[in-house]
Amino acid sequence: MDAVRLNAVTKVFREEGQPDLVAVDNLSLSIRRGEIFSLVGPDGAGKTTTIRMMCGVLFPTSGSVEILGLDQRSHHEAIKHKIGYLSQKFSLYGDLTVDENIDFFAEIHRMKDFRKRKEELLDFMRLTPFRDRLAERLSGGMKQKLALACTLIHTPEVIFLDEPTTGVDPVSRRDFWKILSNVLKSGISIVMATPYLDEAERSARVALLNKGQLLLVDTPEKIRSSFNHPVLEIIADHPREVLHILRNIPSIRSAQLFGDRLHVVAEEGAGIRDVLESELRSRGISARSIRRVAPSLEDVFISRIS
Amino acid sequence: MIHANIVPIFKKEFRQIRRDKRALGILVFLPAFMLVMVGYALNFDVKHLAVAVTDLDRSALSRELVERMTQSEYLELHHEVEAAEDIDPLLESGSATIGLVIPAGFSNDLLSGKEAHLQVLIDGSNSNTGSVAQGYISLAVRDFSNRVAMRWLETRGVSVPIAILLEPKLWYNPELKSAKFLVPGLFGLILMIVTVISTSLSIVREKEMGTMEQLKTSPLGSNEIILGKTIPYLLISLVAATIIMIVGWWLFDVTIKGSIPLLYLAVVLFLLGGLGQGILISNVAHTQQVAFIMSVFSSLLPSFLLSGFVFPINSMPGFLQVISNVIPAKFFLVIVRSIIMKGVGVAPIWEQFAYLAMFAFATIGISAVRLQRELSR
Repeated sequence: MDAVRLNAVTKVFREEGQPDLVAVDNLSLSIRRGEIFSLVGPDGAGKTTTIRMMCGVLFPTSGSVEILGLDQRSHHEAIKHKIGYLSQKFSLYGDLTVDENIDFFAEIHRMKDFRKRKEELLDFMRLTPFRDRLAERLSGGMKQKLALACTLIHTPEVIFLDEPTTGVDPVSRRDFWKILSNVLKSGISIVMATPYLDEAERSARVALLNKGQLLLVDTPEKIRSSFNHPVLEIIADHPREVLHILRNIPSIRSAQLFGDRLHVVAEEGAGIRDVLESELRSRGISARSIRRVAPSLEDVFISRIS
Repeated sequence: MIHANIVPIFKKEFRQIRRDKRALGILVFLPAFMLVMVGYALNFDVKHLAVAVTDLDRSALSRELVERMTQSEYLELHHEVEAAEDIDPLLESGSATIGLVIPAGFSNDLLSGKEAHLQVLIDGSNSNTGSVAQGYISLAVRDFSNRVAMRWLETRGVSVPIAILLEPKLWYNPELKSAKFLVPGLFGLILMIVTVISTSLSIVREKEMGTMEQLKTSPLGSNEIILGKTIPYLLISLVAATIIMIVGWWLFDVTIKGSIPLLYLAVVLFLLGGLGQGILISNVAHTQQVAFIMSVFSSLLPSFLLSGFVFPINSMPGFLQVISNVIPAKFFLVIVRSIIMKGVGVAPIWEQFAYLAMFAFATIGISAVRLQRELSR
C-alpha cells in the first residue's frame, strides 16, 4: 500500500471573468510509505495545489487521490486522523504559547493523553525552554519547529509539508532536516514541496513539476545518471559576460551561473570543449578551466524546464 | 459527528480574547461607555429654556403672567428688557430661546373682557426645541387665561363648574424622560455592533493567518468550528448586555418591569442573529479590514436609522418602512421596550420573537451551508 496515490488528477480553477487556470494537469504519482518525497518545480508549477489536494483541503476537478489506500473523497474524515499538514504560511496562533498551540492541535484531534508525546516532541525540537513563550515571539526557525511539532502531535502516518524551510536561515534549515530524518526513522512518510534543490537531493525520490505537468519522477541518483547530455563547468573572468555568450551558442541547451562557476549543458559531448574554447577566444576571453562534470539535479531540471 | 468537539476551539478562543486586553475591553466595557455617552448626549428633553420678557404693560396681572410662566423647570426668566426691539439680538445670539412681549394695555383689555394679545417669539432653528417651547408656552398661557376668567366670574358672584378637566396620565415613562426610552434602544444597537464585528473579525483573522487551513485538515467539522468560535462571543455579549442593564439602572433609573428571563431570551435570539450575520460576512470577506467595514455598514447604520431607535418608523417614507422590516433591531427594540418599560408578557410580542428566531435561523443556516461548501471544495 502506498502512502499517497494520485490517479490522473487534474485541478482547474474557474473564476468568473478570467480564463480557466489548469493548476494541475493529469498528474499520476505514487509515493511509498516510509519515504521522503519532494515535489520541486518553479513557482506556479502546481506544487502547492498538489499538496493541498493530497491533504483534502481541495478536491480535484477530475481524477482521484488515495491516502494510505483510502479514497480522499469518500474517506475524508478517516484520513484526517492519519495525516498532518504544514501549510506554506506560518499558521499557528501567535497569541498562544508554544505549549498552548500544541495542546490545541492535540485536542482538536481528540487526543486524550498526549502529555508524554508533547514532552517528547518539545524535547525533540529543543523547544522545552521556550514552552511558555508566545509563538509570535519565536524566531523563524523555532516557529517552523513548533509548527512541525503541532503537525506531529497526533502521530500521523503521513505528513505534508509545503515549503517548510522557506524564509528560514541556513543553520535552522539544517537543524530542521536533522529532525525530519528522525521523523522518517519513526516510520512517518514525508511529502514536501520545496524550491531548494539541495533539499530535493536529500529526498528518497523527487518529482519535477512544470506548468501543472509531471516532467519526471525518480531517485536523485537515477535522475542524474540517466541524464544523457554532457555538463561542463567553466571558470572564467567576467562570468556574466561569458554566460551571455554561452547562451547564444546553438549547440548549448542551457547555461547557468553558480557563484563564480558556469554550468553548461550541451546537446552533444563530442568536440564541445573545442567549440566552447574557440567561441570564447574569438570574443577575447580565455577560460581558466573547462572541464566535464557530473550533472547536478539543478542542471537536469533547468535543462528540462527551459 | 455525534460528539461535537467544540471545547478545544472554545478554550483557545477564550485564551486569545483574554490575552488581547484591548479587545476584551472593547467587548465588555465599550458598550457600557457608549451607553453613558449616548444616554447623556442624546437627550431630547427640553428644559430650562431661556425667556426674555418685555413688559410694556407693567401691571400686577402682567407680572403674575411672567411669574406663573417661569415657575416650572421648563421655562426660565433670563432677561427683562425695556423695548421689544431689544429681544431680537437676544434671540439672535442664542441667549434666549423665547421672547415674550406684553403690550401696553394688556391687563385693561383682559379685565374689560376684550381680546388681549401677547407676542411670543420662538427660536425655531432647532425644530425639536422650537416645537416643544411652543407647547410649553401655549399650555402656560391657556392656564393663565383660565385662571383670569375664573377670577373674573367669581368677582361677579358666578361660580362656574369647569366642564372638562383634562388629566392626562403618561404611562410607562411618566416624566417623559428620553433616557428611559433610549436606553433600551441603545441596548440593541450596541449588542448588534459588538457581536457582528467580533464574530466576523475572529473568523476572518483565522483565514488571514492561514490557521483556517489547519482547521480544515483537522477532524473538526464546519459546525464545530462555527460553534466553537461563536459561543465565546455570545457569552461575552451576554455579560456586556448585563453590564448595560446595570449601568442603565444605576445612571438612568431604567428598571426592568417585565420578566428578566424573557428579556434574556430575546437578547440571546437577537445575538444569535448578529452572530449569524457576522459569520455570513466572514464567508465573503477575505481581510479583517473588509470584514470590519461590512460589519459596521450592515449593523450600525440600519440598526441606528431604521430600527425606530430614535426616528419613528411611521414617519419615514414608504420604501424605508419596507426596508425596516428586515432589520432585526427593529423587532428587538419593540420587545425590549415592551419588557423593560411596559412589563408585558410574551403574548403581545410573540410575533417579534418569531421574527428574531427566523432571522437567527436563516443567517446561521445559510452561513453553515456556505462554510460546508467551502470546506469541501
